Amino acid sequence: MGKKVSIENLLNDQNTDFTMVQILDENGEVVNPDLMPDLSDEQLVELMKDMVWSRILHERSTALNRQGRLGFYAPTAGQEASQLGSIAAIEKEDVLLPGYRDVPQLIKHGLPLHQAFLWSRGHAAGNIYPESLQALPPQIIIGAQYVQAAGVALGLKMRGKQTVAVTYTGDGGSSQGDFYEGINYAGAYNAPAIFFIQNNGWAISTPRELQSKAKTLAQKAVAAGIPGIQVDGMDILAVYAVTKKAREYAVSGNGPVLIETICYRFGPHTLSGDDPTRYQPEGVQDEWQKKDPLIRFRKFLENKGLWSKEKEDEVIEATKEEIKEAIKLADQEPKQKVSDFLKNMFETPTRDIQEQIERFEAKENK
Amino acid sequence: MAQKTMIQAITDALAHELERDPNVLIFGEDVGKNGGVFRATQDLQDKFGVDRVFNTPLAESGIGGLAIGLALEGYRPVPEIQFLGFIFEVMDSVVAQAARTRYRMSGTRTMPITFRAPFGGGVHTPELHSDNLEGLLAQSPGIKVVIPSNPYDAKGLMIASIRDNDPVIFLEHMKLYRSFREEVPDEEYIVPLGKASVPVEGQDVSIITYGAMVRESIKVAEKLAKEGISVEVVDLRTVSPLDLDTILASVQKTGRVVVVQEAQRQAGIGAMVMSEIAERAVLHLEAPIGRVAAPDTIFPFGQAEHDWLPNANDIEEKVREIYNF
Repeated sequence: MGKKVSIENLLNDQNTDFTMVQILDENGEVVNPDLMPDLSDEQLVELMKDMVWSRILHERSTALNRQGRLGFYAPTAGQEASQLGSIAAIEKEDVLLPGYRDVPQLIKHGLPLHQAFLWSRGHAAGNIYPESLQALPPQIIIGAQYVQAAGVALGLKMRGKQTVAVTYTGDGGSSQGDFYEGINYAGAYNAPAIFFIQNNGWAISTPRELQSKAKTLAQKAVAAGIPGIQVDGMDILAVYAVTKKAREYAVSGNGPVLIETICYRFGPHTLSGDDPTRYQPEGVQDEWQKKDPLIRFRKFLENKGLWSKEKEDEVIEATKEEIKEAIKLADQEPKQKVSDFLKNMFETPTRDIQEQIERFEAKENK
Repeated sequence: MAQKTMIQAITDALAHELERDPNVLIFGEDVGKNGGVFRATQDLQDKFGVDRVFNTPLAESGIGGLAIGLALEGYRPVPEIQFLGFIFEVMDSVVAQAARTRYRMSGTRTMPITFRAPFGGGVHTPELHSDNLEGLLAQSPGIKVVIPSNPYDAKGLMIASIRDNDPVIFLEHMKLYRSFREEVPDEEYIVPLGKASVPVEGQDVSIITYGAMVRESIKVAEKLAKEGISVEVVDLRTVSPLDLDTILASVQKTGRVVVVQEAQRQAGIGAMVMSEIAERAVLHLEAPIGRVAAPDTIFPFGQAEHDWLPNANDIEEKVREIYNF
């Protein structure tokens, strides 16, 4: 049973209450009705559709990776509430700075699925973002997205925009220097940024406890003098509600917020040869399976008569179809040319680069 | 026209750009009210406001991230790293992030950032203030590295750097900040990036150099001219990319070359210049390519600078050796 809390009370820079915010328990029962976000039945159903979509995307991405039809892939199963719940509370005009596991948010923010697949394969076309897609490609250097988010947020503030910069890292990432610098800079400039720590318990094989003696990761916000909130990252309603309020707080000129979502990844760190059975204690997976965000939200919606197996199957089929089409589109992308890489180094090629462009074009046109 | 020191010329350039383009932002540790630890940003905050010229928390990596984020919002950041020795804290932002953004996003996002940083020996600084780290940066694809050797070039190169739509590292040699004055036009002008200059023309030996070693080399050229040895001095001005046309033209003319840098022999960009000459002009060479550089130790303790830093005597000795080969 989640403790009675008020998100408004947590959202102030004197906050030292890091009680985990929860709305739905594992059985899909509402334990904190006061925190219930103002969502229509349609919006509630959308959240479920998003999570089912993401779970299927995970399953198909894993399979496609095994078949060699995708490259780098960092599993997302288990983090649907944390990823889809937060992005649902973010506006299209907000700027997203994702980490390498945050591809679902990027797609929901507007990245076409076939481009996400191209990114996975290692193709430049995956990172061609129009102005209207307010995002950067997934960041590989853990922590870099945090300091950059502080800069984006300051830019938004200076431009007088009513938007926020949103960024994600993991529990391991909260040990990086750039993590602290990012939240501290955003705090010092009172810049509108929302920093997420998706605490899934493990940074590859290193358990969360080995990252820090701090009892919560949300409390690291205290070092920057900004609000920190811990939320049940397996509860999409709680993640949505907290993100929504944090966004309001930030766009109203109050400065940044740090949000820790307690979640779990079902499966390995990446599909590049990692095997969690080597390092995670037996039973951990099973324990978390019971907390699956889809199970509890499905129950919640079914109790309200808003969800059924038929509806879920429809989403599953539509997603599989969407993935098939996206893979086909990705397959059609022309092969990359080194001469194009060279042309994208500078606005005007330097003499050395011009020489190399000519050399590679001669080869490519043979 | 007025007589200006290099630091005044730099301040001048920054003021021109703040005036011209409202997207230009200057920030760093103590660059605001204080005007910078060397007064490079003197009075700029008073003149242009705290929204244009502002202090940051003491964290270089954060400064780099701030620059990248602001560039994404359409600004033209001119951040300062207080001393180049502190670049290690922000290497990721400079070479792994800003430098690769245009490439990474196929030109759909760009990083018009000018990172300013003082460096260079001869002024008895404490540890890790003076190190010549241009080689690290010059090896990183996607950024240009500029090192002026005089007030006139400093102003024109700074304006060109700020207007460049790709990241530039602008390195300011501390010993050159106030060591001499020179005529510098009051109005704005550009010295193009990637173009060397030839401050002394000659026929017998080419010295190819940059930064504080330019003045040392000019001294040598003037001295040897009296003995009838005609030395040409090439000031690279931009160390990445190199101006191969000017370098090769000089080497083809003289057939003898000495590459001079303040950095350690294993560092700097001297080896790059030598390899380009070896690759492209070997048939023009009458002698091996000479090199003057610092010893391969850590930058010296302050009192040992005089014994460690390359100077005019080292250059003269090497030029004579190559001339008489």
